[in-house]
Order: sequence, then C-alpha cells, then structure tokens
Amino acid sequence: MQNLLLITLLVISSLSLSSKQVVLGPSPDSQEEIQEALIDLEPGDVLTLKSGEYFFEDGISLDVDDVIFEGSGINETILNFGSQVSGAQGLLVTSNGVTIRDFAVLDAKGDAIKVIGADGINMVRLRTEWQGGPKETNGAYGFYPVESKNVLIDGCVAIGASDAGIYVGQSQHIIVKNSIAQYNVAGIEIENSFYADVFDNIASHNTGGILIFDLPDLPQQGGHHVRVFRNKAINNDTDNFAPEGNIVGEVPRGTGIIIQANSEVEVFDNDIYGNGTVNLSIVTYGYETEDENYNPHPKSIQIHGNRFGEGGFDPDVETGELASILFALSEGDMPDIFWDGILPTSQLILGQPDNEKLVMSNNGDATFLTLNPIKYMLPFFDPVERDIAEYDGEIRPLPPVVLN
Amino acid sequence: MKKTLLACLILSFIDFIYAVNDDLILEDKFPKKLSSFSFFQDNSAQFPSDGVLPYELISALFSDYSYKQRWVYIPKGVQASFRQDEVFDFPVGSALIKTFYYPIDERDLNLGQRLMETRLLLRKENGWEAVSYAWNDTQDEAFIKKAGKTILNEWIDFNGDTRSVRYRVPNKNQCKECHANNDAMSPIGPKARNLNKVFQYSDESINQLTKWMKLDFISTVSEELNTPVDWNEKNYLLDERARSYLDINCGHCHSSSGAANSTGLYLNLTETREKHIGIYKKPVATGRASGNLKYSIVPGKPEESILLQRMISTDPGIMMPESGRSLSHTEAIELIEKWILSL
Repeated sequence: MQNLLLITLLVISSLSLSSKQVVLGPSPDSQEEIQEALIDLEPGDVLTLKSGEYFFEDGISLDVDDVIFEGSGINETILNFGSQVSGAQGLLVTSNGVTIRDFAVLDAKGDAIKVIGADGINMVRLRTEWQGGPKETNGAYGFYPVESKNVLIDGCVAIGASDAGIYVGQSQHIIVKNSIAQYNVAGIEIENSFYADVFDNIASHNTGGILIFDLPDLPQQGGHHVRVFRNKAINNDTDNFAPEGNIVGEVPRGTGIIIQANSEVEVFDNDIYGNGTVNLSIVTYGYETEDENYNPHPKSIQIHGNRFGEGGFDPDVETGELASILFALSEGDMPDIFWDGILPTSQLILGQPDNEKLVMSNNGDATFLTLNPIKYMLPFFDPVERDIAEYDGEIRPLPPVVLN
Repeated sequence: MKKTLLACLILSFIDFIYAVNDDLILEDKFPKKLSSFSFFQDNSAQFPSDGVLPYELISALFSDYSYKQRWVYIPKGVQASFRQDEVFDFPVGSALIKTFYYPIDERDLNLGQRLMETRLLLRKENGWEAVSYAWNDTQDEAFIKKAGKTILNEWIDFNGDTRSVRYRVPNKNQCKECHANNDAMSPIGPKARNLNKVFQYSDESINQLTKWMKLDFISTVSEELNTPVDWNEKNYLLDERARSYLDINCGHCHSSSGAANSTGLYLNLTETREKHIGIYKKPVATGRASGNLKYSIVPGKPEESILLQRMISTDPGIMMPESGRSLSHTEAIELIEKWILSL
C-alpha cells in the first residue's frame, strides 16, 4: 500500500508555497487513496485524477473548503460506482468554495453527485450517467446541490437519472448553463429555490425537459426569481420511469417546460418543440396541504420571445392527470402553452393584481389553452379559453443572477 | 527510607503510564496509534485508565449488530454542564470513546470478542473532532483510518447461526454526516435523558447521572429529563418504544437542525407534528428509494410506508440510515411494523 502510494502519488509544489497539487492515477486501492487524499486536502489545494477508470465500492466525500477536485476530461477520467455496496451517493461535497471539474461519475447506486449545505460550489464539465439507459433502478439525481448558495453548473452532461438529471433544491443564487440533460425523467429541475438562471442548455429525450417546482412542508419554500432562457427544451419523448411517490412521477412523457407554484419566473428566447404532450405548462400544486405558509399557485410568470414548434401530437395520458385533462379539455387540439387558470379564492372574486398576472408576448404563433374557473363552476358555460392575445403585456425583465 | 522512595518512584511511574495524555487530545494532528492517548491500561482487554469512566445509553444506535462499549473522559478540575434535551456541554479536553466489537459467540460471551474499531470524539479548543482507529488482527493496537476501512467479520448469534458482516469503519467525513448539528460537530448519545439509568460500575451499582455528580463530572441536572424508554424493553408502550428507536437511530439527521432537514421528515423525540413525523408525508427528493410508495408512513399499512421499506432494504441507493448499516435490523423492523399497524 505505502509503496503504491509513493509510486502513484506525486506532490508538486505549485506557485503558492502553502497550496499543493496532489496527482493520483488508477490503482487497486483507488477507493482509499482518493478518499484519504480528499480528507487530507487543505484550502487552496488541488487533487487531480489522471485519465483512466477508477472503481469504487463505497461513496467518496469532500469536506474541505476552497479546494479543486479535478479529472482530466469528461470522457477521460471515469469514476465508476457500478459495484457500489455502501453510500447513498457517488460523490458527496459538504464544504464551501469547492470546484469539481472534468470527470464522469457513472452508475452510482443512489445520487451521482450530491452537494449539501455549501456556499460556493462550481460543477464544471462533469458527466453523470447511468449506462444502462433509462431504468427505474437508476439513481435519483445526477447533479444534486441542496441547501446551498452560489451554485454553478456549467458545461455538464446528465444522462439516465430516474428523477432529475440536474436538480437544484432549496438553494439560492444558482446558474445552470451550457449543459445537456438527456434520458432522465426530468432534465433540469429547480425546486424550492430562489434566484436561478437556467440558460444555453439542451434538455432533450427526457420525460420532461425543464421543471420549475415548489413543494410544501420544507425548510425553504416559495420558489421565486427564476429565469429560463436560450435553452432548447426539445424532443422530450422518454416514458416516465420514475418510481411512484415522487413529484416527477406525475410528469407526462413529452413535456417541454413546467412551471409549478413559483413566482417571478421569466421564460424567454427558448426553442421548445417536439414535446408530445405539451410544450409548456403552468400549473398549481395539485395536492392538499395543511402548510399555511405555502402558496400553491404560480404567479408573476412571463413567457416571451420563445420559438414554439410541434407539440401535443402524442399526449401521454397514462402518466399523471395533466395529459388526460388537457386532452379532454382541448378535444384533441392540444395547445403549446397550458395554464390551469387556478387562482386563490380571494382573487377569483376580487381579481388578480396586475403584477401577478401571467404575461405572454411575442411567442410566434404559439397556441394557448386555459380554464376560466368561474365559468368552470357554472353550468352552460364553456370554461376553455384559447386567446393568447389577451395575455399580451409589457415585460418586466428580472435581474440576472450574480454569483459571489 | 530507600524502599519508600523506590515505592514512590514506581507509583508515580505507574501513574504516569495510566494517566490519559491530556495534551494529545488538544493537538491538531491525530496520532497514528490509539494507545498514544493512554485511554486504556490494557488495550486488548479494553481496561480503562484512571478517570476514564464507562457509560451506557438507554436506547442505542443500531450498527450492524456490533456491540459497543463507551467511556467518557473529563480532565480533572473542569465539568460538563447540563443542557435540556441536548448533549452535555463538555469542557475542552474531554473525550468520548466508543469501541465496536463482535462477540465470537453471542450465546457465551466468555468465548471472547473481536474488536473492530474505536471511535473518538475529542473536544478541542475549536469544537469536537471525530476520528476512528481500526484494531489490528492481533487485537493489541488500533491504527488511525481517516479514509475508513472495510472489515469482514463472522460471529455466531443467539440462535447459534453464523452471521457475516461487511463492517465499515467510517471515514472522517462520514462521522460528520451523522454528528453535524447546525454544521458543527456534536456528540449524539450523552444527553442526560439517555444516561438516566442504573449502571454496574466496578465498585458500585448506581444511576449514571448520580455517579457523574459524585465524580464532579457534572454539578446539576434538571428534574424534567423526558427520559426515553429502552426500545427493546417490551413492557413499555409501543409508541414510546418506536419513537425512542427512531429518535436515537434517525433523529440526529432527521430533525430541523440535522443534516437531513431538507427532507422535512423529523424523527427526533420532541417532534409532534404528524406530517413531519412522516404520516401521509410525500417524499421530496427520495428518487427510487420511494419504492413506488406514496407516503413515508401510511397508518395501519406498514407495507405501504416508505420509512419501513427503507429500514428493510440493504441497497445503498435505498436504505436508511445511509451509512453505518449493511444488515437489516430485524427486531427493529418488527417494532416499527407493529407501530405503523397501530397508528
């Protein structure tokens, strides 16, 4: 062991006298060597893994602030967890100011990369993948930062997660960009989070492309200030393979973007097409909750300048209720954009404040469908409304997210 | 005269050998060998040094059927202070020492044991730090294992069946997974309420809190301790036993200040809101670990309760707790099953 360590472990003193770079290559003792190196890092240090495949039976974790953990490329340095027997994730990061980059985490038994409670986490040019294709037995999340601040996901690839490829939960100040999410149940999901910019990503061949969700009974809720722009939410055509019980299990195959129970969400300049159920839907949280602090309704949603293409051609009425309700309401003429029209009771009577109203402008010839809840409750009225022009309005751009 | 002097010298030498190394507890670096701390007069026999006091908890964490022996060390002249519902506030220089072992044969403990590891929680100037030492094959020394270690072990259980375990010595980061409370390391077990029971010391049989007061480890405790029941003691109410088990096994992470607070599932003893205990609570970021079930706990239906199914599973992507367990805890599964049936 000691000899092996000496052979494979090179300690190179870098520019700064205090910080060091540790370089490791694949070895039969990779599990212990890498874990020990991660524990022994000090702020400012870099741990570099050479090209090659590294095999793990247990999860590994990093809990040192201000370090870099890097590989030699998204296809060159492979962290293989296919034989994992313990640990709820492949890689766990619990410290602040960490950069992880240039490697792949494959076939983790639970989540691939989980980051919890970090202030400052940069995930750059990483890949998380379950190699057997979409399967219920795949781990839940590829990228899973939670309860974190200043989260950057840049140039990453997420494939095959049985929940969400890229999932940011209960976090603040988030940028997800230049990334690709494919063959997951949800491609990119921003949940119970504040101040997120999601742009220049491709979400394709998932069940649903991009999800902006909020759930009750959690320490951080009331998701707000989310910008989704210049993405391609296209050809999301994978059957939902999430285990039941999870919120994404309700997402019908062929969903481009869903906004649920958030406020201040701006969706613009995206390409949204090839989604067999619906390109974009804006919905209320669909379950009863006793959480008095929870607002189940989406509000202050702005949809503008998007390019919608073919959608709704193959609605997945088998999964959840959305597709079958929409199919019945539209009598088969499925819209590009669906809003369930549900408002808080007080607003049904008094009307919705202007700044909370749904605004949709310059979306080409996108079609629309919503329900008028008053007409819905009365006999002899058709509650279905389709005139998108009624929602035309001035856009109040949200400020860009700035990471510290 | 000469003889007396010699005796004094020998005595002070013995005292030197058997005194805990106070300075080492405070040092930044951990020594390679457990014996450097001098917590034990006899390593193999696990016979403690002066001032190192054994203790037991009323309800203990399940760790793959391993047995545990615990000791507390508090430097002379300082005291721990009582905190309601929290672990004692131990003074700088204190140590909590816990050895994990398996008997060779549970039917006859005299046949000996195999020591697996000794975990230390050391109260340094800046707070607690955790480290584990794995015992060698000759069982006379334990060596630091920062990155953790896998030990394969077999033992014979109460029924005479041979059991095997892939025992994991946790790495330093995994210690924090359970011991982090509001991001700071903290002990879990030694709350006054968990210690409020009679213990057979080498010299007397007495309540542990009384003993700690006699030894000036502490000066006072509250009268109202919310003492938990031993989950394994069938005379107590089912609800008390189940909540006691969940508290010590899950509540350190699953509380509003624990590492799993993002789940909204809070299993600590003081939680009273049904939804947060898991009753008809939907999973949040559970993924495939939901096992196609909709709620953490469905009253009357253990087979539909995610909480129980995750206790049963040994798949690392499903099972709970996430670390420290590779076997199912059959007796606890029966308890929680009965409890859910009764709800």
